[in-house]
Amino acid sequence: MIDMHLPILLIVVPLVSAPLCVLLRQKTLVWAFASLVCVASLGIASMLLIRVLEEGVISYAIGGWIAPWGIEYRVDTINAFVLLLVSIIAAVLMFFALPSVADEISGKQHYLFYTAYLLCFTGLMGIAITGDAFNVFVFLEISSLSSYTLIALGRDRRALTASYQYLIMGTLGATFIVIGIGLMYMMTGTLNMFDLSERLPAMFETRTAMVAFAFLTVGMLIKLAMFPMHMWLPNAYCYAPSLVTAFLAATATKVSIYVFLRFTFTVWGAEFVFEKLKLDAFLIPLSLIGIYVASLSAIYQTNIKRLLAYSSVAQIGYMMLGIGFVSITGLTGGIVHLFNHALMKAALFLSVGCAVLRLGSSDLADWKGLGRRMPVTMAAFVLAGLSLIGVPLTVGFVSKWYLILAALEKGWWPIALLALLSSLLAVIYVWRVVEVAYFQKADDDSNVKEAPLMMQISMWVLTGATLYFGIQTDLTVNVAQRAAGLLLGVTP
Amino acid sequence: MSEVHPALILLAGGLLLFCLPTTPRRIVSVILPVFGFLNLLTIADGTLWHITWGGYELTVLRADRLSMLFGYLFHLAAFIGAIYALHLKDRLQIGTGLIYAGSAVGAVFAGDLITLFIFWELLAITSVFLVWARGGERALRSGMRYLVMHISSGLLLLLGAVFYYLNTKSLAFDHIGLDKGHHYLIFLSFGIKCAFPLLHNWLIDAYPESTPVGTVFLSAFTTKAAIYALARGFAGEDLLIYIGTIMTIFPIFYAAIENDMRRVLSYSMINQIGFMVVGIGIGGALGINGAVSHAFNDVIFKGLLFMSMGAVLFSSGRINASDLGGLYKSMPWTCACCIIGAASISAIPLFNAFISKSMVMQGVADSGAVTIWLVLLFASAGVLHHAGVKIPFFSFFAHDAGIRCREAPLNMRIAMTISAILCIVIGSYPPLLYNLLPHPVDYVPYTTTHVVLQLQLVFFAVLAFVALMLTSEIDVSLKTRTQRITVGVLLLIGHHPPELPGVNLDSDWIYRRALPRGIRAVVRTGGLIVDRFFAGAKALIQKLIAAIRAQHNNRGLFGRSWLSQSNVLIAIIFLAIYLIYYF
Repeated sequence: MIDMHLPILLIVVPLVSAPLCVLLRQKTLVWAFASLVCVASLGIASMLLIRVLEEGVISYAIGGWIAPWGIEYRVDTINAFVLLLVSIIAAVLMFFALPSVADEISGKQHYLFYTAYLLCFTGLMGIAITGDAFNVFVFLEISSLSSYTLIALGRDRRALTASYQYLIMGTLGATFIVIGIGLMYMMTGTLNMFDLSERLPAMFETRTAMVAFAFLTVGMLIKLAMFPMHMWLPNAYCYAPSLVTAFLAATATKVSIYVFLRFTFTVWGAEFVFEKLKLDAFLIPLSLIGIYVASLSAIYQTNIKRLLAYSSVAQIGYMMLGIGFVSITGLTGGIVHLFNHALMKAALFLSVGCAVLRLGSSDLADWKGLGRRMPVTMAAFVLAGLSLIGVPLTVGFVSKWYLILAALEKGWWPIALLALLSSLLAVIYVWRVVEVAYFQKADDDSNVKEAPLMMQISMWVLTGATLYFGIQTDLTVNVAQRAAGLLLGVTP
Repeated sequence: MSEVHPALILLAGGLLLFCLPTTPRRIVSVILPVFGFLNLLTIADGTLWHITWGGYELTVLRADRLSMLFGYLFHLAAFIGAIYALHLKDRLQIGTGLIYAGSAVGAVFAGDLITLFIFWELLAITSVFLVWARGGERALRSGMRYLVMHISSGLLLLLGAVFYYLNTKSLAFDHIGLDKGHHYLIFLSFGIKCAFPLLHNWLIDAYPESTPVGTVFLSAFTTKAAIYALARGFAGEDLLIYIGTIMTIFPIFYAAIENDMRRVLSYSMINQIGFMVVGIGIGGALGINGAVSHAFNDVIFKGLLFMSMGAVLFSSGRINASDLGGLYKSMPWTCACCIIGAASISAIPLFNAFISKSMVMQGVADSGAVTIWLVLLFASAGVLHHAGVKIPFFSFFAHDAGIRCREAPLNMRIAMTISAILCIVIGSYPPLLYNLLPHPVDYVPYTTTHVVLQLQLVFFAVLAFVALMLTSEIDVSLKTRTQRITVGVLLLIGHHPPELPGVNLDSDWIYRRALPRGIRAVVRTGGLIVDRFFAGAKALIQKLIAAIRAQHNNRGLFGRSWLSQSNVLIAIIFLAIYLIYYF
């Protein structure tokens, strides 16, 4: 019986728990409760993925109203994968949360923090699970509004402006998306994605369709921080509390990329988007420019969180590059990188979080000699950094392999070469941190302790995952390949 | 049937060494290669292990006679190296040394190009720490140049593997050949690691910069793994014969003028690899057997020579021929081992190089390439001169430099003795090695012709050395009239260059000296206009970098925080662009 209702439980459980946090109030209690919710969600998400892989698409009609009249939750391979990713990250981060939140956020606001955290989580899961276009917008707003709150809780006063700027850009993006959805509704009279995908082809020749898709494109590209609409991201990541940075970096942009995949491939169809409108002619150059510009910016940053934030923009470039190839291999590369990058960037931000807890700063200059002072934390940073570069035996290599394979499949070897060369830039920006931490002497020799065990658990689980999935790629690549086949409408 | 991958023991064990205190670390470091070797013995010929990686079936273990031979060899080298390193207190060298050895083992057992690539890169990353272990700016820079070359080699391999896969739908690492253009990518990748001419600078550059222990490890693995890869993928390619011949010939001139003893050995190493490459190029049972057995012997005798020079550096603190001399009084044991190594590398009968190098020579002779054969013969004489005589002579004899130091530590002497004994045993009883070779051997090294030819070569080379020495006025005692007349003919060849301190650059001269010098010369002669042009170009590049910096740092366009309105403006502009574009 409860099996039937897994999709809705995944949303209802965290959604209802969020206000309960406000009632609980007590710091540790709220944390324990939120952790429980996240772990429960992880369980549900794993069960969903297993069921999808065994039985195929699961459709759930909310309140018994059958689609296209009611809201439908529709789980297939690709969003089951995204759901699992988001819930893994949310659950693993809860270990880290207890000491880190206690350090960075004043005690009175803890319950608000966890409320916002659960709401943001709900929103992200909702975006991924729903099969209804307008519902996407609703959950997008839930996740965005709560993430503005989360960012604004940062210690630095600049967190407020960063959050404000994110709010403006996020709202703009969401507005564009809702305009796009509105136009689609106007044309077809339906909001159900599956239904839309059947009715839209009749409208492909109209200007309305093109305008609708233009709004959607820009809206989605803002949300996923595609160059050059990425400028909200570095500050938001830089000034947010450590935990929030790790959470958003690993999930928010990834879910936005999922939305992009869903709208372009499922709702509109690759034929319309890439053959008629030729979006790939935009996507590929923009991705490449974005990779280079953002990587160069990362090289010159003096704050490590900002450095990693720019690196995120560059990595999003890789994902969009893979998607822009519009082939099974390219999409596989993009989707695998989506998962892999979430792991490694979360691991990196967590190790920065550990250092911030002890040093109180993520300025590069303050990290001198950290390799000796916090060897465990720095070891995790280096391992996850190797992943970012794409060294073999790490997840980064798996993604890069598929991206390059996809480029060469198309015969676009200059792009393959550019993508390969760009990893040298990653070498430079990771090396800058390593050089400071290992080859420079600390200014003051005061002893610094390692971060608490709880934080290290989260950090090492994710760092270990970047290595594990670099060697054992069956799960990630198989799922990504099936998802890619699903998106392109071919069964591999 | 073993359940443990042969590379795993060394890799995991090497990591373990980082966590152990000094005494257990020393014990474990010596036991590890032994364990690895015992594990290797349990792996049956023809074993294949597959894993799936992202939908590809990878062969992580492919055991056949060729890979097994290299497996044995690398464990032996790791064992000797570990003993040689026993006196060390720091964990970096022995730890990375064994991980590096493990990577080499992994590479030779790799049955597909991806596994090979992974170990290929691991070889590069682990070995560079051995260069850096020396410390100091020179080692750091040299290591960086080394790393760049080897990472490029890895990237070429990866690119080649992707093309190979797209063309054949297979990643298996078997004979590749040079029949398709993109196969040259893989060929070039192997070539870098194998120190092909013009790609060899990393070897000359980095090996002498490492620590005494580091160089011993370095000399054993990287190039031999490359020889294995060439033998597997490109056996019988004629191009290799020519490349190999060039490799045997050009280093002997550099080795003759080089002052740093370990650099002399590095050149000599390229020369020896040349013989192996020629053997691979000839292909067939004899060629491959010759190349592979020579690789096996080279690890032992070149390791021995590097160990003895490392011991000299360790005890006396000097390594330049011009600073050394007369050390036989202080270091008799090292001296004896060095002489055995020198005799081996000179391919004197009863020493191990004789039984392998003559096989390559026979292969060349059978193929009827007379010119190549003569060049190789000349190169053999060159080896005798620079490695066979020069190395022991200048360090242990020649003029007494007045160094009175202690004999090398016991562990170093043990390691050298093991190698020395192996040199003689293998040389005197060839079946020991021949039975391990990939193809059945029907070659007999000890025939009258082989022995006489080689001995003649030895005597003439020694004669030439003596003659050259006479004219270089280093050894006064030999300067009598009669002796001068005896070797008068040879005087025509020229002077033996005196050992002078200095840095010799070979083709890296092109980019380290000639390029800057050439630019300067042109600027000088070209006058003001050219001058301005170059100044302009330089300024342009500087400006470009400054501009990139300015655009991307905290205050730059891409690095600073944007105002909200600019963000919004960009978004609107893009909306407009998309609208227009979609129409």
